[in-house]
Amino acid sequence: MRAWLAAPEASLLRSLVGQVLTLIAPDGDGPAPGSWNNVADLEAELDAPPSKHDPAEQQSPPTTPDDAVLARLLPDGYRDDPDAAGEFRKYTEPGLRSAKQQAALQMLDTLPDQGGRIQLTSEQAQAWLKALNDVRLALGVRLDVTEDFEQQWTKLDREDPQWAAYEVYAWLGAVQESLVQALA
Amino acid sequence: MSVAPAEVDLPKSTDKPVSDKPWVTIVWNDPVNLMSYVTYVFQQVFGYPKKKATRLMLDVHHKGKAVVAAGAREAMEHNVEILHGYGLWATVMHDK
Repeated sequence: MRAWLAAPEASLLRSLVGQVLTLIAPDGDGPAPGSWNNVADLEAELDAPPSKHDPAEQQSPPTTPDDAVLARLLPDGYRDDPDAAGEFRKYTEPGLRSAKQQAALQMLDTLPDQGGRIQLTSEQAQAWLKALNDVRLALGVRLDVTEDFEQQWTKLDREDPQWAAYEVYAWLGAVQESLVQALA
Repeated sequence: MSVAPAEVDLPKSTDKPVSDKPWVTIVWNDPVNLMSYVTYVFQQVFGYPKKKATRLMLDVHHKGKAVVAAGAREAMEHNVEILHGYGLWATVMHDK
């Protein structure tokens, strides 16, 4: 399938996907610093050094991540059964992190720095779909998006720093929608 | 719970109606995933025709959740793992 992106759009996508990549890195154990509340923060976080991990901490049994975004990207496989959820996480979380990382990397690989025309195989388009969706999930959690997203956005003042983030979220939804339509 | 007779041919799992199967894959509603995307994922992951995938998606959307598959526990866990890969909010449940 074919797509076309303007240079600033390509740069924004690169930044957002990179941010998710930092969060879900297979050896990552927590949230990236800062917030997703405005695009400038996201750009700044991209350049932040990865946090150091406490080796002892990695030995503990896996539980739902404390960070809300990570908990949404790597959700529990069982509700109301912490033991089963822990077992499920133990066996599936490393693979899930790695699959999400692969999708993000594949998207970055096929996303030209300067934007422009993009030609994707169906496999690459699948990777875009997943990686874009992870970005939308992450941003959606950070913005506390509900079913009434349009209303939430309308209520914001244009000067509100969150306004631009809502605009990005809406745009990502439109890109995702067009990808789904192209693949379906 | 009932005890099965000692000698009986167990039915193949595919012969059983969905409601008799003890484990299910549940997809929960969330405000982020697009309706079109959820439908697409159901088609991709389960090979459901568009009509069935759309009906399940609408169940998730309107009722807050839907059982999208039923069968052996391992198969349901595999489903959930794949659905998590697509970013859907899915869990395994024992359908008591």
